[in-house]
Amino acid sequence: MARDDTEPQPGELVKRHRISTRLWHWTNAIAIIVLLMSGLSIFNAHPRLYWGSYGANFDEAWLEIYSEDDRGYLEIGDWRWDTTGVLGRWTEPDGDISTRAFPHWSTIPGYYSLATGRLWHFFFGWIFVLAGLAYWFWSFGNRHVQRDLAPKRKELSLRHIWHDIKDHARLRFPTGAEALNYNILQKLSYLIVLFVLLPLIVLTGLTMSPTMNAAWPWLLDIFGGRQSARSIHFIVAFLITGFIAVHLIMVVLAGPYNEIRSMITGRFRLPKEKAPKAAPATDTPAEESA
Amino acid sequence: MAIMTNRRKLLAGLGSSVLLAGCDSWSRNERVREILASAEGLTMRAQRLITDREALAREFTLAEISPRFRANGSRTAETAQGRDYQEMLANNFADFRLQVDGLVQRPLSLSLADLRSMPSRTQITRHDCVEGWSAIGQWKGTPLSRILDLAGLRDNANYIVFHCADTYGAQNRPYYESIDLIDAFHPQTILAYDMNGDVLPEAHGAPLRARIERQLGYKHAKFVMRLEAVESFDNIYGGKGGYWEDVGDYAWYAGI
Repeated sequence: MARDDTEPQPGELVKRHRISTRLWHWTNAIAIIVLLMSGLSIFNAHPRLYWGSYGANFDEAWLEIYSEDDRGYLEIGDWRWDTTGVLGRWTEPDGDISTRAFPHWSTIPGYYSLATGRLWHFFFGWIFVLAGLAYWFWSFGNRHVQRDLAPKRKELSLRHIWHDIKDHARLRFPTGAEALNYNILQKLSYLIVLFVLLPLIVLTGLTMSPTMNAAWPWLLDIFGGRQSARSIHFIVAFLITGFIAVHLIMVVLAGPYNEIRSMITGRFRLPKEKAPKAAPATDTPAEESA
Repeated sequence: MAIMTNRRKLLAGLGSSVLLAGCDSWSRNERVREILASAEGLTMRAQRLITDREALAREFTLAEISPRFRANGSRTAETAQGRDYQEMLANNFADFRLQVDGLVQRPLSLSLADLRSMPSRTQITRHDCVEGWSAIGQWKGTPLSRILDLAGLRDNANYIVFHCADTYGAQNRPYYESIDLIDAFHPQTILAYDMNGDVLPEAHGAPLRARIERQLGYKHAKFVMRLEAVESFDNIYGGKGGYWEDVGDYAWYAGI
């Protein structure tokens, strides 16, 4: 984030996240979780995915979750996994067996109701879209995107990216003032989420709408038909879930108290330099040691 | 799968206690449902704002028709216009008369032959079920606008209600649907009597099925017996303008 002229010292409590970032982060976090879980409720109404314009029970699905002979299965192409207990066949809280695709603890509502899932999905869809658009414009306006998220030329060198990957793999996180900047893997993931995955999930969602198809028929052309859009919507939802999982793991590894505080109050305590480890220092590129 | 399982455990741990319990009791709470449903009005207004009145749903080629068009909802009806539905079907609906009444200047009673002699529209469109599946089929029928022009709507008519011969659900409630005049006069809104080049089959709502191409499948009423022009649908059945709207809280405007 923005640095003062005097470089803050390790151990110091400094300003890290702007109010716009913090407000959007938590609004979006709630919206995304409700959207993912109510989305699974909607998926449960027809747990099959297709490519192309049409697709129903008599057509070939590329992904299917179903129950057969007292077992639950996930089938993707020619591959099939026995997912009994989790997908396709699981036990409801009252002990009854359900053969719905996704289990009660992963859906909103926790009981099967397509109409209720849709109520949650479209209400929070608006919150997600409006908050996302506001954050987009705000973050270009206050130069958050250009200053903090856009990679610098030297960061895009393969050598730098590889170095960052190794640091992540060794759970070696930046300390001192360096910790105030996003590293290149963070920048790339945030950029992909903000400008690829989130727009994709909104546009594929709109492509499933028959009214939007009449208003913006180009949506059907860019995604290859309504059922393709539905498939992409589902895939992107899982990529976003994957991002959330990695994001949460990194927060825990990087120090959850400090990280969560910085996203609530905006203040972040600069991590202190760790005692040098036995690892050889030679793998640090020259530009980094300056 | 490992990551998925971890995520699930995490979500299960975090969610099931707080979020899920909360969401389930909220999901059943009338006030919460009203707040959530308030987004439907916003969605409809936003969609209407950016969609031209006459904007057409995409039409496909014969080669793109679904090999097998899934029938959903009621596959048949018991009685139609006071007679046995099967008898009417066997008789090719010779005695069937589409009733057009309510807020019209000239109530009509149209036979299938009358409808077939009127100008028709043929369209190959995609049918989208609220459940998520889609099927492409060819529909031929009388534009609803032609019928309404013939009957002459009164100034206070705001909606067209489709009264159907089929009943649905454990309580055997009559199926019905309604649309506003923007969709009623849309060029692709037809009462279809043919499907995929043949007479409309029983499972797809013979003798007449409404096609409302810019909305989801449950709006496309099957077994249509009567059109009623109304000012408001407050006093019709459950008052929400359609079977699924009444029994299941589905959106009246099914544009998404």
